[in-house]
Amino acid sequence: MSVREQPSGRTLGVLAFPVGMLLVFFLIPFGIMVATSFYHRDPGSFYRPAFELANWQRLFQPVFLERALFSIGICLLAGLVCIAIAFPFTYFLTRMRRRPHVILLVVVLSALSLSEVIVAFSWYILLGRASGISNILVWIGIMSESAAYQPSFAAVLLGLCYIAFPYCILTLYPQLTRLDPEITEAAQTLGASPWRTFWTVVVPIARPIIVAGFLLVFVFTLGSYIIAFFLGRPEHWTLSVFIADQASANANVPFAAAMAIFLTVLSLVVVGIVGLIESRTRRVT
Amino acid sequence: MRALRAVLVTLVVVFLLAPLVVIAVGSVNENRYLNFPPEGFSLSWYAQLFTDSGWQRSIRYSVTIAAISAALAVLIATPFAYVLRTYRIRLAPLLYTLGILPFMLPPIISALGMQVFWLSTGHVGRIENVIIAHAIFFSTLPLVTISLAMETMDQALPEAARTLGADQRTTFRTITLPLLIPSMVTGYAAAFVLSLNEYIISFLVAGFTVETLPVKIVNGLRYGFTPTIAAVAVVFIVIAATTFTLFAIFGNLMRFLGADPAILEKNR
Repeated sequence: MSVREQPSGRTLGVLAFPVGMLLVFFLIPFGIMVATSFYHRDPGSFYRPAFELANWQRLFQPVFLERALFSIGICLLAGLVCIAIAFPFTYFLTRMRRRPHVILLVVVLSALSLSEVIVAFSWYILLGRASGISNILVWIGIMSESAAYQPSFAAVLLGLCYIAFPYCILTLYPQLTRLDPEITEAAQTLGASPWRTFWTVVVPIARPIIVAGFLLVFVFTLGSYIIAFFLGRPEHWTLSVFIADQASANANVPFAAAMAIFLTVLSLVVVGIVGLIESRTRRVT
Repeated sequence: MRALRAVLVTLVVVFLLAPLVVIAVGSVNENRYLNFPPEGFSLSWYAQLFTDSGWQRSIRYSVTIAAISAALAVLIATPFAYVLRTYRIRLAPLLYTLGILPFMLPPIISALGMQVFWLSTGHVGRIENVIIAHAIFFSTLPLVTISLAMETMDQALPEAARTLGADQRTTFRTITLPLLIPSMVTGYAAAFVLSLNEYIISFLVAGFTVETLPVKIVNGLRYGFTPTIAAVAVVFIVIAATTFTLFAIFGNLMRFLGADPAILEKNR
């Protein structure tokens, strides 16, 4: 690539619109949110400017810490489940002939384009008593009567995995298509079974991208709102649901703001780790 | 391994398609309550989408917000990606990070930020508030697609134009911009579809006055299930699946998703 020019004043002027928009409608709102986290909540009339640490102190109470740990835990678990299924699936996918390959990609993209609202709604039905999976099992004769599987921890986990799964596949996909088939062929020529090749050759090579995919699912599910709200009881709610709940129904916006900043820091740390891993893999390959 | 592959791929496809089957069946079920096995066949729930004024209004809100916010997102992203990838700017990595930050963080952050922002200005519950919030949140998508196009663009083309005497502006208008159009369209489409589906930002920014489709669906579910919800979902899915299938037929879906061209040749 040729040496880039120094920008003139007028070119920098072109940046004024995008940077200005991000400044006014992203950074300033974020600043207001930080300020709001120190405001005082009036039970009757919303909130008013003040400087107090009450909302931040509330963050460090055992009740909240337990909720935060639960969110982190369930999202980590979703990341593990997703990557454990998505990695072998994507590996098989990249080694398919063109037609099934493209058909599966369209299926994955269709699932990806479903609104979280629609996903929550259809699993709500599928896991419900009235017309869910259990009714099919009763109909075939496996079960004697229908059962409800939501709201439950497992239902929330399943929903989170569903919305993250397509993203997880698309993160792994570009790297896995670049995995040279000659490497796996060499392992098999030397006598390794396909199973052994997968575990001793493919997985170690792809380890950085597995970690990155796992962390991306983690951040993504941390942002999910509707799934935990619809498929879980309040004890299965994630941080996003608590923030939205405090910001709308309970109308404790200052506390919601403090939680949102906590969530931002948590996400930034994870995104930072992903960035580090990615820059390291780029150097290797 | 082969048996394992067949089982895994089948299970994943069943898992991914299961919700689609439920809503497809639910949307044509004659009975108002979705029961099993389904009873009768009726398209009346689809008809309701086009006759009921409440659904009509939500469709109009959603499509308006998606169309304008996606355009605004491309308007933000294009000069940003162009300048950052063409000129030597010391702050470029920082500015790029600022551009992708809204989307990298959980949407609830943008949602709450925008809520307190509009509350502090006193300009509350308007449709333009949602449009701006979506434009900022989804501008990351065109920013990424256009930046990628800038990176893979043959630099000899704009350089040739410059050598032949075209100034910066003419070069951009006649060479660079036409080459960027496919990535702008992709970015627009991605922002449009995700804006149509977005719930939490729309809800916190103006959920009580501007009832978009996802907001209306969630409000509806609080009062119980209506087959119209399933009908909306089916319409959404058909639009998305058609778009991607057309993409696969006329474009190269695998390449677009980042597959290595060398490997694709072998798998043909």
